Amino acid sequence: MELVISHINYWVAILLMMIGFYALIARGNLVKTIVGLNIFQASVFLLYITFGKVSGGTAPILQKNTELYSNPLPHVLILTAIVVGVATTSLGLALVVRIYESYGTIEEDEIAELDSKEED
Amino acid sequence: MKHHTIPRVIAKLAIPGIILFGLYVQFHGDYGPGGGFQAGVIIGAAMILYGLIFGLDALKSVAPQKIVTSLIALGFLLYAGVGIVTQLLGANFLEYGVLAHSPKEGQHIGIILVEIGVGITVAAVMIIIFYMFAGRKQ
Amino acid sequence: MSIEIYIDLILVIFLAITALAVIYVRNLFAVAMLSGIYSLLMASIFVVLDAVDVAFTEASVGAGISTVLMLGVLAITGNREKISYKSSLLPLLIVIGTGSLLVYGTWDLPMFGDPYAPVHMHVAPEYISNTYKHTGMPNIVTAVLASYRGYDTLGEVGVIFTAGVGVLLLLSRKKMNKHTNAKNKLEDKS
Repeated sequence: MELVISHINYWVAILLMMIGFYALIARGNLVKTIVGLNIFQASVFLLYITFGKVSGGTAPILQKNTELYSNPLPHVLILTAIVVGVATTSLGLALVVRIYESYGTIEEDEIAELDSKEED
Repeated sequence: MKHHTIPRVIAKLAIPGIILFGLYVQFHGDYGPGGGFQAGVIIGAAMILYGLIFGLDALKSVAPQKIVTSLIALGFLLYAGVGIVTQLLGANFLEYGVLAHSPKEGQHIGIILVEIGVGITVAAVMIIIFYMFAGRKQ
Repeated sequence: MSIEIYIDLILVIFLAITALAVIYVRNLFAVAMLSGIYSLLMASIFVVLDAVDVAFTEASVGAGISTVLMLGVLAITGNREKISYKSSLLPLLIVIGTGSLLVYGTWDLPMFGDPYAPVHMHVAPEYISNTYKHTGMPNIVTAVLASYRGYDTLGEVGVIFTAGVGVLLLLSRKKMNKHTNAKNKLEDKS
């Protein structure tokens, strides 16, 4: 039980990462792929924030009568990563919209089929 | 969604509160949780809510697309500009200590300016992304 | 064991279930909603793990903006995912293999919340003890973000700027006639 509690966050982060990875490589729908990429990304955030936690510590905002704070550095890294993540996600979604407009589908195999027809 | 009364009334009540909260988050970031990234997203979300309820054209008359587009660059330039100013005052790039008489005060001024730059860019990018996706539908 | 560890335990289990549901569900509107729930759960976990600034961002970005964006895209592209008859055995094997290697790697990681973990030993104590002296502001995250690591944050703002310009370039061009473009090309060739 001790081991489970001390490692569960790492394991869940790995599980989420693998779920996102599976969506990336196994699913042909482009929107689903981007959702998978988001899940993958969020799992990395979880891993970093887990590293920053100090048991018994508080949020890293200085106040009187408190000595123990959680590590602020992972928070800084992840804070910017989240906003950059949504900006890049929207870039991906913009590409999906353009692909839909010129192919009429967002399924990977149908796009490949259209492409191979064009080559013939 | 113009013909739905309840979302319209709720949005009218909520949007000023959301924008005010965004400004609070922006300028209280030194003391509590918050800062430019969060404030930009919150203000962007308030604008997007307005656009969703009252239509894209209403939002475009509040925040014209040309102005929002130039705000994207303005925020980034404000951030970089603070760095240039500190260099001109003889310190390193983005070393805020020289902006006021005492280093601590300079840090305060520098951080607030930089956070405003971040907030402007983030909010403008969020609104522009919404414009692009929503405008594509029609 | 403090209570927050148990809250964390329950939330991460919910998180895993939501992520599995995202993969399983085929209606893409439901996927957009589930990914909003996923972000909200993630934000709650960040609060439990003391990362209030991060939780704030995740809640407003993940549960707010991303969901709206996703719905905007689905309004254009339609909301059904095609049932694929491709074998998913190979991807599953790859995923399980990679996952078990990573889990094997976690045995060496420090215990959850260990105050003597290597990550807390190097620069973090310096920031915690000197931030108030240097900048006079109590929120260490803001101080590190905007002052100590101001140069990095400038780069991050540059990334957001570039992504915004990229979306502008991709989507501000006049819309071509739906569906006809690719087909026209085919007909021209034949």
